[in-house]
Amino acid sequence: MAKEPVIALSGVTAELGARPVLRGIDLTVGRGEVVALLGANGSGKSTAIRTIVGQVPVSDGTIELFGTPRRAFRDWARVGYVPQRTTAAGGVPATVTEIVSSGRLSRTRFGVFRKADRAAVRHALELVGMADRARDSVDALSGGQHQRVLIARALVAEPELLIMDEPMAGVDLASQEVLARTLKAQVEAGTTVLLVLHELGPLEPLIDRAVVLRDGCVLHDGPPPKALGQHALPGHDHVHPHAPAGTEPLRTGLLS
Amino acid sequence: MDILSYDFMQRSLLAAVLVGITAPAIGIYLVQRRQPLMGDGIGHVAMTGVGLGFLLHASPVWMATAVSALGSVLMELIRWYGKARGDIALAMLFYGGMAGGVMFVNIAPGGSNANLSSYLFGSLSTVSPSDVTAISILAGFVVVVTLGLRRQLFAVNQDEEFARVTGLPVRALNLLTAVTAAVTVTVAMRVVGLILISALMVVPVAAAQQLTRSFAATLAIAVALGVTVTISGTVTSFYQDVPPGATIVLLTIAAFVVLTALAAPLARRRARAAAAAHPAGDPAECAIPATRGAGDKIGT
Repeated sequence: MAKEPVIALSGVTAELGARPVLRGIDLTVGRGEVVALLGANGSGKSTAIRTIVGQVPVSDGTIELFGTPRRAFRDWARVGYVPQRTTAAGGVPATVTEIVSSGRLSRTRFGVFRKADRAAVRHALELVGMADRARDSVDALSGGQHQRVLIARALVAEPELLIMDEPMAGVDLASQEVLARTLKAQVEAGTTVLLVLHELGPLEPLIDRAVVLRDGCVLHDGPPPKALGQHALPGHDHVHPHAPAGTEPLRTGLLS
Repeated sequence: MDILSYDFMQRSLLAAVLVGITAPAIGIYLVQRRQPLMGDGIGHVAMTGVGLGFLLHASPVWMATAVSALGSVLMELIRWYGKARGDIALAMLFYGGMAGGVMFVNIAPGGSNANLSSYLFGSLSTVSPSDVTAISILAGFVVVVTLGLRRQLFAVNQDEEFARVTGLPVRALNLLTAVTAAVTVTVAMRVVGLILISALMVVPVAAAQQLTRSFAATLAIAVALGVTVTISGTVTSFYQDVPPGATIVLLTIAAFVVLTALAAPLARRRARAAAAAHPAGDPAECAIPATRGAGDKIGT
Protein backbone atom coordinates (compact mmCIF):
# COMPACT_ATOMS: atom_id res chain seq x y z
CA MET A 1 0.00 0.00 0.00
CA ALA A 2 1.85 3.04 -1.25
CA LYS A 3 -0.66 5.63 -0.08
CA GLU A 4 -1.18 6.52 3.56
CA PRO A 5 -4.22 4.57 4.75
CA VAL A 6 -7.16 6.70 5.86
CA ILE A 7 -9.26 3.71 6.90
CA ALA A 8 -7.67 0.41 7.95
CA LEU A 9 -9.74 -2.56 9.10
CA SER A 10 -7.95 -5.71 10.11
CA GLY A 11 -9.68 -8.95 11.03
CA VAL A 12 -12.86 -7.14 12.08
CA THR A 13 -15.70 -9.30 13.36
CA ALA A 14 -19.09 -8.08 14.58
CA GLU A 15 -22.37 -9.59 15.68
CA LEU A 16 -25.88 -8.23 15.58
CA GLY A 17 -27.58 -9.98 18.47
CA ALA A 18 -26.16 -13.50 18.37
CA ARG A 19 -25.82 -13.55 14.59
CA PRO A 20 -22.28 -13.06 13.22
CA VAL A 21 -22.47 -10.40 10.51
CA LEU A 22 -18.78 -9.72 9.90
CA ARG A 23 -16.40 -12.69 10.08
CA GLY A 24 -12.98 -11.08 9.78
CA ILE A 25 -12.88 -8.20 7.33
CA ASP A 26 -9.64 -6.66 6.07
CA LEU A 27 -10.17 -3.38 4.30
CA THR A 28 -7.81 -0.52 3.59
CA VAL A 29 -8.70 2.76 1.96
CA GLY A 30 -5.77 4.97 0.96
CA ARG A 31 -5.80 8.76 0.79
CA GLY A 32 -7.68 10.03 -2.25
CA GLU A 33 -9.11 6.62 -3.12
CA VAL A 34 -12.76 6.00 -3.96
CA VAL A 35 -13.78 2.56 -2.74
CA ALA A 36 -17.19 0.98 -3.22
CA LEU A 37 -18.46 -1.72 -0.87
CA LEU A 38 -20.69 -4.05 -2.84
CA GLY A 39 -22.60 -7.17 -1.98
CA ALA A 40 -26.05 -8.66 -1.72
CA ASN A 41 -28.51 -7.66 0.96
CA GLY A 42 -27.36 -9.10 4.29
CA SER A 43 -23.73 -9.49 3.17
CA GLY A 44 -22.58 -7.11 5.93
CA LYS A 45 -21.67 -4.04 3.91
CA SER A 46 -23.75 -1.59 5.97
CA THR A 47 -22.55 -3.20 9.20
CA ALA A 48 -18.94 -2.80 8.03
CA ILE A 49 -19.52 0.93 7.53
CA ARG A 50 -21.26 1.23 10.87
CA THR A 51 -18.37 -0.40 12.74
CA ILE A 52 -16.07 2.22 11.25
CA VAL A 53 -18.18 5.10 12.58
CA GLY A 54 -18.63 3.37 15.93
CA GLN A 55 -22.34 2.65 15.61
CA VAL A 56 -21.89 -1.13 15.77
CA PRO A 57 -19.48 -2.57 18.38
CA VAL A 58 -16.60 -4.69 17.12
CA SER A 59 -16.05 -8.06 18.82
CA ASP A 60 -12.57 -8.64 17.40
CA GLY A 61 -10.00 -7.02 15.12
CA THR A 62 -8.80 -3.43 14.83
CA ILE A 63 -10.06 -0.31 13.09
CA GLU A 64 -7.87 2.71 12.45
CA LEU A 65 -8.93 6.11 11.13
CA PHE A 66 -6.12 8.36 9.86
CA GLY A 67 -3.64 6.06 11.61
CA THR A 68 -5.34 6.35 15.02
CA PRO A 69 -7.22 3.49 16.67
CA ARG A 70 -10.93 4.29 16.27
CA ARG A 71 -11.58 4.29 20.03
CA ALA A 72 -8.97 7.00 20.51
CA PHE A 73 -9.97 8.94 17.38
CA ARG A 74 -11.40 12.38 18.24
CA ASP A 75 -10.89 14.40 15.08
CA TRP A 76 -14.38 13.77 13.71
CA ALA A 77 -14.47 17.00 11.72
CA ARG A 78 -12.24 15.17 9.18
CA VAL A 79 -15.01 12.61 8.59
CA GLY A 80 -18.26 13.28 6.74
CA TYR A 81 -20.91 10.61 7.24
CA VAL A 82 -24.08 10.00 5.25
CA PRO A 83 -26.18 7.36 7.03
CA GLN A 84 -29.03 5.50 5.37
CA ARG A 85 -31.80 7.99 4.92
CA THR A 86 -34.20 6.13 7.23
CA THR A 87 -32.20 6.96 10.37
CA ALA A 88 -32.84 10.70 10.19
CA ALA A 89 -36.41 11.48 11.15
CA GLY A 90 -37.23 13.78 14.00
CA GLY A 91 -40.72 14.40 15.36
CA VAL A 92 -40.49 18.18 15.01
CA PRO A 93 -40.33 20.18 11.75
CA ALA A 94 -36.85 21.28 10.72
CA THR A 95 -35.62 23.32 7.77
CA VAL A 96 -32.98 22.27 5.29
CA THR A 97 -30.62 24.87 6.81
CA GLU A 98 -31.18 23.56 10.34
CA ILE A 99 -30.38 20.00 9.29
CA VAL A 100 -27.25 20.96 7.35
CA SER A 101 -26.08 23.22 10.21
CA SER A 102 -25.96 20.24 12.56
CA GLY A 103 -23.15 18.83 10.38
CA ARG A 104 -21.04 21.93 11.10
CA LEU A 105 -21.00 21.42 14.88
CA SER A 106 -17.70 19.53 14.70
CA ARG A 107 -16.04 22.72 13.40
CA THR A 108 -17.47 25.04 16.05
CA ARG A 109 -16.50 25.69 19.65
CA PHE A 110 -19.42 24.84 21.96
CA GLY A 111 -21.86 25.03 19.05
CA VAL A 112 -21.48 28.79 18.56
CA PHE A 113 -21.93 29.66 14.88
CA ARG A 114 -19.81 32.37 13.29
CA LYS A 115 -20.01 34.04 9.90
CA ALA A 116 -17.76 31.41 8.32
CA ASP A 117 -19.99 28.61 9.59
CA ARG A 118 -23.11 30.16 8.08
CA ALA A 119 -21.24 30.67 4.80
CA ALA A 120 -20.17 27.00 4.87
CA VAL A 121 -23.82 25.93 5.25
CA ARG A 122 -24.84 28.07 2.26
CA HIS A 123 -21.92 26.72 0.22
CA ALA A 124 -22.76 23.08 1.02
CA LEU A 125 -26.36 23.66 -0.09
CA GLU A 126 -25.12 25.19 -3.34
CA LEU A 127 -22.91 22.13 -3.94
CA VAL A 128 -25.95 19.85 -3.95
CA GLY A 129 -28.22 22.32 -5.72
CA MET A 130 -30.54 22.86 -2.78
CA ALA A 131 -29.78 26.52 -1.97
CA ASP A 132 -33.22 27.62 -3.15
CA ARG A 133 -34.87 25.24 -0.66
CA ALA A 134 -32.81 26.40 2.35
CA ARG A 135 -35.80 27.64 4.33
CA ASP A 136 -38.16 24.80 3.41
CA SER A 137 -39.09 22.04 5.81
CA VAL A 138 -37.30 18.77 5.05
CA ASP A 139 -40.69 17.04 5.26
CA ALA A 140 -41.66 18.84 2.05
CA LEU A 141 -38.77 17.28 0.06
CA SER A 142 -38.72 14.25 -2.19
CA GLY A 143 -36.53 11.28 -1.31
CA GLY A 144 -33.81 12.42 -3.70
CA GLN A 145 -33.83 15.98 -2.41
CA HIS A 146 -33.69 14.71 1.16
CA GLN A 147 -30.63 12.63 0.28
CA ARG A 148 -28.96 15.72 -1.23
CA VAL A 149 -29.58 17.53 2.08
CA LEU A 150 -27.94 14.69 4.03
CA ILE A 151 -24.92 14.84 1.74
CA ALA A 152 -24.71 18.60 2.24
CA ARG A 153 -24.80 17.93 5.99
CA ALA A 154 -21.78 15.63 5.59
CA LEU A 155 -19.90 18.08 3.33
CA VAL A 156 -20.47 21.19 5.46
CA ALA A 157 -17.61 20.36 7.83
CA GLU A 158 -15.29 20.14 4.77
CA PRO A 159 -14.22 16.55 5.56
CA GLU A 160 -11.18 14.74 4.14
CA LEU A 161 -13.03 11.42 4.26
CA LEU A 162 -16.60 10.77 3.17
CA ILE A 163 -18.38 7.63 4.36
CA MET A 164 -21.73 7.00 2.69
CA ASP A 165 -24.26 4.22 3.22
CA GLU A 166 -26.32 3.63 0.07
CA PRO A 167 -26.39 7.27 -1.04
CA MET A 168 -28.26 6.37 -4.22
CA ALA A 169 -31.01 4.25 -2.64
CA GLY A 170 -34.46 5.46 -3.60
CA VAL A 171 -33.09 8.56 -5.30
CA ASP A 172 -34.69 9.90 -8.50
CA LEU A 173 -32.58 10.21 -11.63
CA ALA A 174 -32.23 13.99 -11.49
CA SER A 175 -30.89 13.80 -7.94
CA GLN A 176 -28.61 10.87 -8.86
CA GLU A 177 -26.95 13.04 -11.47
CA VAL A 178 -26.54 15.94 -9.02
CA LEU A 179 -25.04 13.56 -6.47
CA ALA A 180 -22.64 12.04 -8.98
CA ARG A 181 -21.50 15.53 -10.03
CA THR A 182 -21.06 16.64 -6.39
CA LEU A 183 -19.07 13.56 -5.57
CA LYS A 184 -16.87 13.99 -8.65
CA ALA A 185 -15.95 17.53 -7.54
CA GLN A 186 -15.12 16.25 -4.05
CA VAL A 187 -12.93 13.46 -5.41
CA GLU A 188 -11.10 15.86 -7.71
CA ALA A 189 -10.40 18.05 -4.67
CA GLY A 190 -8.71 15.04 -3.03
CA THR A 191 -11.44 13.72 -0.73
CA THR A 192 -11.23 10.04 0.16
CA VAL A 193 -14.53 8.17 -0.25
CA LEU A 194 -15.85 4.86 1.08
CA LEU A 195 -19.39 4.13 0.04
CA VAL A 196 -21.85 1.27 0.19
CA LEU A 197 -23.62 0.75 -3.10
CA HIS A 198 -26.26 -1.65 -4.26
CA GLU A 199 -25.30 -1.08 -7.87
CA LEU A 200 -22.50 0.97 -9.39
CA GLY A 201 -24.87 3.08 -11.50
CA PRO A 202 -23.90 6.66 -12.37
CA LEU A 203 -20.97 6.62 -9.90
CA GLU A 204 -19.14 3.89 -11.82
CA PRO A 205 -16.56 6.17 -13.51
CA LEU A 206 -15.46 7.56 -10.11
CA ILE A 207 -14.77 4.23 -8.42
CA ASP A 208 -11.11 3.20 -8.12
CA ARG A 209 -11.65 -0.06 -6.34
CA ALA A 210 -14.52 -2.32 -5.37
CA VAL A 211 -14.69 -4.55 -2.32
CA VAL A 212 -17.35 -7.23 -2.60
CA LEU A 213 -18.66 -8.84 0.58
CA ARG A 214 -20.52 -12.09 0.95
CA ASP A 215 -21.75 -13.51 4.25
CA GLY A 216 -19.49 -11.18 6.19
CA CYS A 217 -16.27 -12.03 4.30
CA VAL A 218 -14.35 -10.15 1.62
CA LEU A 219 -14.90 -12.00 -1.63
CA HIS A 220 -13.23 -9.61 -4.05
CA ASP A 221 -10.94 -6.62 -3.59
CA GLY A 222 -9.76 -4.98 -6.79
CA PRO A 223 -10.91 -3.09 -9.84
CA PRO A 224 -14.67 -2.65 -10.03
CA PRO A 225 -16.33 -5.56 -11.86
CA LYS A 226 -16.99 -4.68 -15.48
CA ALA A 227 -20.66 -3.99 -15.85
CA LEU A 228 -22.44 -5.83 -18.61
CA GLY A 229 -25.68 -4.01 -18.10
CA GLN A 230 -27.45 -3.64 -14.79
CA HIS A 231 -28.20 -7.32 -14.42
CA ALA A 232 -24.60 -8.50 -14.49
CA LEU A 233 -23.64 -6.59 -11.35
CA PRO A 234 -22.15 -8.58 -8.50
CA GLY A 235 -24.65 -10.10 -6.19
CA HIS A 236 -27.54 -9.06 -8.29
CA ASP A 237 -30.25 -11.59 -7.72
CA HIS A 238 -32.92 -11.89 -10.31
CA VAL A 239 -36.02 -11.80 -8.22
CA HIS A 240 -39.06 -12.13 -10.36
CA PRO A 241 -42.21 -11.18 -8.50
CA HIS A 242 -44.28 -13.02 -11.09
CA ALA A 243 -42.41 -16.30 -10.60
CA PRO A 244 -44.24 -19.00 -8.65
CA ALA A 245 -43.85 -18.73 -4.90
CA GLY A 246 -40.93 -20.70 -3.49
CA THR A 247 -38.87 -20.52 -6.68
CA GLU A 248 -35.17 -19.98 -5.92
CA PRO A 249 -33.96 -16.67 -7.30
CA LEU A 250 -31.84 -17.11 -10.42
CA ARG A 251 -28.28 -16.08 -9.52
CA THR A 252 -25.98 -14.93 -12.26
CA GLY A 253 -23.76 -12.46 -10.37
CA LEU A 254 -20.23 -12.92 -9.11
CA LEU A 255 -21.50 -14.12 -5.80
CA SER A 256 -23.27 -17.23 -7.03
CA MET B 1 -55.37 44.18 39.27
CA ASP B 2 -56.36 43.09 42.76
CA ILE B 3 -55.10 39.61 41.85
CA LEU B 4 -51.52 40.83 42.35
CA SER B 5 -52.25 42.16 45.83
CA TYR B 6 -52.14 38.60 47.18
CA ASP B 7 -48.65 37.34 47.94
CA PHE B 8 -49.55 33.75 47.10
CA MET B 9 -50.85 34.82 43.68
CA GLN B 10 -47.63 36.70 42.94
CA ARG B 11 -45.74 33.53 43.72
CA SER B 12 -48.13 31.36 41.71
CA LEU B 13 -47.94 33.62 38.66
CA LEU B 14 -44.14 33.67 38.78
CA ALA B 15 -44.13 29.86 39.03
CA ALA B 16 -46.66 29.68 36.18
CA VAL B 17 -44.48 31.78 33.87
CA LEU B 18 -41.45 29.60 34.64
CA VAL B 19 -43.46 26.46 33.90
CA GLY B 20 -44.78 27.97 30.67
CA ILE B 21 -41.21 28.57 29.49
CA THR B 22 -39.48 25.41 30.67
CA ALA B 23 -42.03 22.67 29.92
CA PRO B 24 -42.22 23.28 26.12
CA ALA B 25 -38.50 24.14 25.99
CA ILE B 26 -37.49 20.62 27.07
CA GLY B 27 -40.64 19.00 25.69
CA ILE B 28 -39.67 19.87 22.12
CA TYR B 29 -36.60 17.59 22.35
CA LEU B 30 -38.70 14.74 23.76
CA VAL B 31 -41.14 15.14 20.86
CA GLN B 32 -38.22 15.36 18.42
CA ARG B 33 -36.73 12.08 19.63
CA ARG B 34 -40.22 10.54 19.58
CA GLN B 35 -40.51 9.94 23.31
CA PRO B 36 -43.28 12.42 24.08
CA LEU B 37 -44.53 10.41 27.05
CA MET B 38 -41.22 10.41 28.91
CA GLY B 39 -42.40 13.38 31.01
CA ASP B 40 -45.35 11.29 32.11
CA GLY B 41 -43.06 8.53 33.33
CA ILE B 42 -40.85 10.97 35.20
CA GLY B 43 -43.95 12.48 36.82
CA HIS B 44 -44.85 9.05 38.20
CA VAL B 45 -41.34 8.50 39.57
CA ALA B 46 -41.31 11.98 41.15
CA MET B 47 -44.19 10.89 43.42
CA THR B 48 -41.75 8.73 45.39
CA GLY B 49 -39.64 11.85 45.91
CA VAL B 50 -42.62 13.82 47.22
CA GLY B 51 -43.50 10.94 49.56
CA LEU B 52 -39.91 10.75 50.82
CA GLY B 53 -40.00 14.50 51.43
CA PHE B 54 -42.98 14.08 53.74
CA LEU B 55 -41.47 11.08 55.48
CA LEU B 56 -38.08 12.69 56.08
CA HIS B 57 -39.41 16.21 56.73
CA ALA B 58 -37.34 17.44 53.79
CA SER B 59 -38.50 19.81 51.03
CA PRO B 60 -40.74 17.77 48.70
CA VAL B 61 -39.56 19.87 45.71
CA TRP B 62 -35.87 19.07 46.26
CA MET B 63 -36.58 15.43 47.13
CA ALA B 64 -38.71 15.08 44.00
CA THR B 65 -35.90 16.65 41.97
CA ALA B 66 -33.36 14.16 43.31
CA VAL B 67 -35.57 11.09 42.88
CA SER B 68 -36.91 12.00 39.43
CA ALA B 69 -33.40 12.88 38.18
CA LEU B 70 -32.26 9.45 39.36
CA GLY B 71 -35.33 7.84 37.76
CA SER B 72 -34.72 9.62 34.45
CA VAL B 73 -31.10 8.42 34.36
CA LEU B 74 -32.38 4.91 35.01
CA MET B 75 -34.89 5.29 32.15
CA GLU B 76 -32.09 6.40 29.83
CA LEU B 77 -29.95 3.39 30.86
CA ILE B 78 -32.90 1.06 30.25
CA ARG B 79 -33.26 2.62 26.81
CA TRP B 80 -29.61 1.75 26.01
CA TYR B 81 -29.39 -1.70 27.48
CA GLY B 82 -33.01 -2.81 27.83
CA LYS B 83 -33.64 -3.85 24.22
CA ALA B 84 -36.78 -5.96 23.95
CA ARG B 85 -37.63 -6.06 27.65
CA GLY B 86 -37.09 -2.32 28.10
CA ASP B 87 -40.80 -1.54 28.04
CA ILE B 88 -41.52 -3.89 30.93
CA ALA B 89 -38.67 -2.40 32.96
CA LEU B 90 -40.00 1.11 32.30
CA ALA B 91 -43.52 0.07 33.35
CA MET B 92 -42.16 -1.25 36.63
CA LEU B 93 -40.23 1.96 37.21
CA PHE B 94 -43.33 4.13 36.55
CA TYR B 95 -45.78 2.20 38.72
CA GLY B 96 -43.21 1.45 41.38
CA GLY B 97 -42.57 5.20 41.58
CA MET B 98 -46.25 5.97 41.96
CA ALA B 99 -46.85 3.22 44.53
CA GLY B 100 -43.74 4.31 46.47
CA GLY B 101 -45.09 7.86 46.69
CA VAL B 102 -48.48 6.77 48.06
CA MET B 103 -46.81 4.40 50.53
CA PHE B 104 -44.28 6.93 51.90
CA VAL B 105 -46.88 9.68 52.32
CA ASN B 106 -49.18 7.38 54.25
CA ILE B 107 -46.52 6.06 56.63
CA ALA B 108 -45.26 9.60 57.27
CA PRO B 109 -46.51 10.87 60.67
CA GLY B 110 -49.84 12.63 60.11
CA GLY B 111 -49.61 12.08 56.35
CA SER B 112 -52.47 11.03 54.08
CA ASN B 113 -53.29 11.03 50.39
CA ALA B 114 -54.73 14.52 50.89
CA ASN B 115 -51.14 15.84 51.20
CA LEU B 116 -50.29 14.23 47.92
CA SER B 117 -53.25 15.64 46.05
CA SER B 118 -51.83 19.18 45.68
CA TYR B 119 -48.70 17.69 44.09
CA LEU B 120 -50.70 15.48 41.77
CA PHE B 121 -53.01 18.14 40.37
CA GLY B 122 -51.34 21.43 41.24
CA SER B 123 -52.52 24.07 43.65
CA LEU B 124 -52.08 27.84 43.78
CA SER B 125 -52.36 28.55 47.48
CA THR B 126 -49.63 26.08 48.47
CA VAL B 127 -46.71 27.60 46.54
CA SER B 128 -44.49 28.72 49.43
CA PRO B 129 -41.70 31.33 49.23
CA SER B 130 -39.10 28.56 49.54
CA ASP B 131 -40.84 26.70 46.67
CA VAL B 132 -40.49 29.82 44.52
CA THR B 133 -36.76 29.96 45.25
CA ALA B 134 -36.34 26.29 44.35
CA ILE B 135 -38.49 26.61 41.22
CA SER B 136 -36.54 29.67 40.02
CA ILE B 137 -33.16 27.97 40.43
CA LEU B 138 -34.34 24.80 38.70
CA ALA B 139 -36.00 26.75 35.88
CA GLY B 140 -32.75 28.66 35.34
CA PHE B 141 -30.95 25.35 34.86
CA VAL B 142 -33.55 24.15 32.35
CA VAL B 143 -33.34 27.36 30.31
CA VAL B 144 -29.53 27.30 30.24
CA VAL B 145 -29.52 23.68 28.98
CA THR B 146 -32.38 23.87 26.47
CA LEU B 147 -31.35 27.17 24.87
CA GLY B 148 -27.58 27.11 25.47
CA LEU B 149 -27.14 23.62 24.02
CA ARG B 150 -29.93 23.84 21.45
CA ARG B 151 -27.73 23.03 18.45
CA GLN B 152 -26.18 20.00 20.15
CA LEU B 153 -29.52 18.73 21.48
CA PHE B 154 -31.14 19.30 18.09
CA ALA B 155 -28.44 17.24 16.36
CA VAL B 156 -28.59 14.35 18.84
CA ASN B 157 -32.37 14.11 18.93
CA GLN B 158 -32.72 14.50 15.16
CA ASP B 159 -30.24 11.80 14.14
CA GLU B 160 -28.30 10.08 16.90
CA GLU B 161 -26.15 8.04 14.53
CA PHE B 162 -24.99 11.09 12.61
CA ALA B 163 -24.46 13.10 15.81
CA ARG B 164 -22.04 10.45 17.07
CA VAL B 165 -19.91 10.85 13.92
CA THR B 166 -19.72 14.62 14.41
CA GLY B 167 -17.96 13.78 17.68
CA LEU B 168 -20.77 14.98 19.95
CA PRO B 169 -20.88 13.26 23.38
CA VAL B 170 -24.17 11.57 22.51
CA ARG B 171 -24.60 9.61 25.73
CA ALA B 172 -23.83 12.60 27.93
CA LEU B 173 -26.29 14.75 25.97
CA ASN B 174 -28.99 12.06 26.22
CA LEU B 175 -28.47 11.86 29.99
CA LEU B 176 -28.58 15.65 30.22
CA THR B 177 -31.86 15.68 28.29
CA ALA B 178 -33.33 13.12 30.69
CA VAL B 179 -32.17 14.96 33.81
CA THR B 180 -33.40 18.28 32.44
CA ALA B 181 -36.80 16.74 31.76
CA ALA B 182 -36.83 15.48 35.36
CA VAL B 183 -35.96 18.93 36.68
CA THR B 184 -38.74 20.44 34.56
CA VAL B 185 -41.23 18.01 36.07
CA THR B 186 -40.40 19.28 39.55
CA VAL B 187 -40.56 22.91 38.37
CA ALA B 188 -44.06 22.30 37.05
CA MET B 189 -45.26 20.05 39.87
CA ARG B 190 -46.63 22.82 42.14
CA VAL B 191 -48.63 24.58 39.45
CA VAL B 192 -49.75 21.92 36.97
CA GLY B 193 -49.35 18.79 39.10
CA LEU B 194 -47.38 15.61 38.43
CA ILE B 195 -50.18 13.87 36.54
CA LEU B 196 -50.66 16.66 33.99
CA ILE B 197 -47.10 17.92 33.48
CA SER B 198 -46.46 15.86 30.39
CA ALA B 199 -49.34 17.63 28.61
CA LEU B 200 -47.58 20.97 28.98
CA MET B 201 -44.35 19.49 27.58
CA VAL B 202 -46.00 17.97 24.53
CA VAL B 203 -49.20 19.80 23.56
CA PRO B 204 -47.73 23.32 23.02
CA VAL B 205 -45.08 21.75 20.75
CA ALA B 206 -47.69 19.77 18.83
CA ALA B 207 -49.85 22.91 18.50
CA ALA B 208 -46.92 25.08 17.34
CA GLN B 209 -45.82 22.65 14.66
CA GLN B 210 -49.21 22.94 12.99
CA LEU B 211 -48.00 26.36 11.84
CA THR B 212 -44.24 26.04 11.46
CA ARG B 213 -41.62 24.72 9.10
CA SER B 214 -38.54 25.23 11.26
CA PHE B 215 -37.37 23.94 14.62
CA ALA B 216 -36.50 27.44 15.83
CA ALA B 217 -40.00 28.80 15.09
CA THR B 218 -41.61 25.73 16.66
CA LEU B 219 -39.60 26.30 19.85
CA ALA B 220 -40.46 30.03 19.96
CA ILE B 221 -44.19 29.55 19.36
CA ALA B 222 -44.40 26.61 21.79
CA VAL B 223 -42.80 28.66 24.57
CA ALA B 224 -45.02 31.70 23.80
CA LEU B 225 -48.07 29.44 23.88
CA GLY B 226 -46.87 27.76 27.09
CA VAL B 227 -46.52 31.11 28.89
CA THR B 228 -49.91 32.28 27.58
CA VAL B 229 -51.81 29.23 28.80
CA THR B 230 -50.07 29.00 32.17
CA ILE B 231 -50.77 32.69 32.96
CA SER B 232 -54.35 32.66 31.70
CA GLY B 233 -54.99 29.30 33.38
CA THR B 234 -53.65 30.55 36.70
CA VAL B 235 -55.75 33.73 36.52
CA THR B 236 -58.86 31.77 35.56
CA SER B 237 -58.20 29.37 38.40
CA PHE B 238 -58.07 32.30 40.84
CA TYR B 239 -61.33 33.93 39.74
CA GLN B 240 -63.39 30.85 39.00
CA ASP B 241 -62.06 28.67 41.84
CA VAL B 242 -61.17 25.78 39.52
CA PRO B 243 -57.98 23.64 39.78
CA PRO B 244 -55.06 25.38 37.96
CA GLY B 245 -53.49 22.27 36.41
CA ALA B 246 -56.68 21.08 34.76
CA THR B 247 -57.51 24.62 33.57
CA ILE B 248 -54.07 25.07 32.01
CA VAL B 249 -54.12 21.71 30.25
CA LEU B 250 -57.64 22.20 28.86
CA LEU B 251 -56.65 25.66 27.58
CA THR B 252 -53.57 24.13 25.90
CA ILE B 253 -55.66 21.51 24.17
CA ALA B 254 -58.14 24.20 23.06
CA ALA B 255 -55.22 26.16 21.59
CA PHE B 256 -54.10 23.01 19.76
CA VAL B 257 -57.58 22.56 18.23
CA VAL B 258 -57.79 26.21 17.14
CA LEU B 259 -54.28 26.20 15.61
CA THR B 260 -54.98 22.93 13.79
CA ALA B 261 -58.12 24.46 12.28
CA LEU B 262 -56.13 27.54 11.21
CA ALA B 263 -53.30 25.44 9.80
CA ALA B 264 -55.26 23.74 7.03
CA PRO B 265 -55.80 26.87 4.86
CA LEU B 266 -52.24 27.99 5.64
CA ALA B 267 -50.82 24.69 4.39
CA ARG B 268 -52.85 24.99 1.17
CA ARG B 269 -51.53 28.50 0.57
CA ARG B 270 -47.95 27.34 1.14
CA ALA B 271 -48.39 24.44 -1.25
CA ARG B 272 -49.60 26.87 -3.94
CA ALA B 273 -46.67 29.21 -3.24
CA ALA B 274 -44.22 26.30 -3.43
CA ALA B 275 -45.69 25.15 -6.72
CA ALA B 276 -45.28 28.68 -8.10
CA ALA B 277 -41.69 28.93 -6.84
CA HIS B 278 -40.62 25.60 -8.36
CA PRO B 279 -42.64 25.44 -11.59
CA ALA B 280 -40.58 22.67 -13.21
CA GLY B 281 -41.17 20.42 -10.24
CA ASP B 282 -39.19 17.33 -9.49
CA PRO B 283 -39.77 13.95 -11.01
CA ALA B 284 -42.48 12.12 -9.15
CA GLU B 285 -40.98 9.58 -6.78
CA CYS B 286 -43.22 6.82 -8.04
CA ALA B 287 -41.93 7.10 -11.62
CA ILE B 288 -39.75 4.08 -12.43
CA PRO B 289 -36.34 5.25 -13.68
CA ALA B 290 -35.71 4.13 -17.24
CA THR B 291 -32.53 2.28 -16.27
CA ARG B 292 -34.37 -0.03 -13.92
CA GLY B 293 -36.75 -2.84 -14.61
CA ALA B 294 -40.00 -3.12 -12.75
CA GLY B 295 -38.88 -6.21 -10.89
CA ASP B 296 -35.59 -4.79 -9.62
CA LYS B 297 -35.06 -4.35 -5.95
CA ILE B 298 -34.19 -0.75 -5.34
CA GLY B 299 -31.50 -0.59 -2.68
CA THR B 300 -32.82 -1.93 0.57
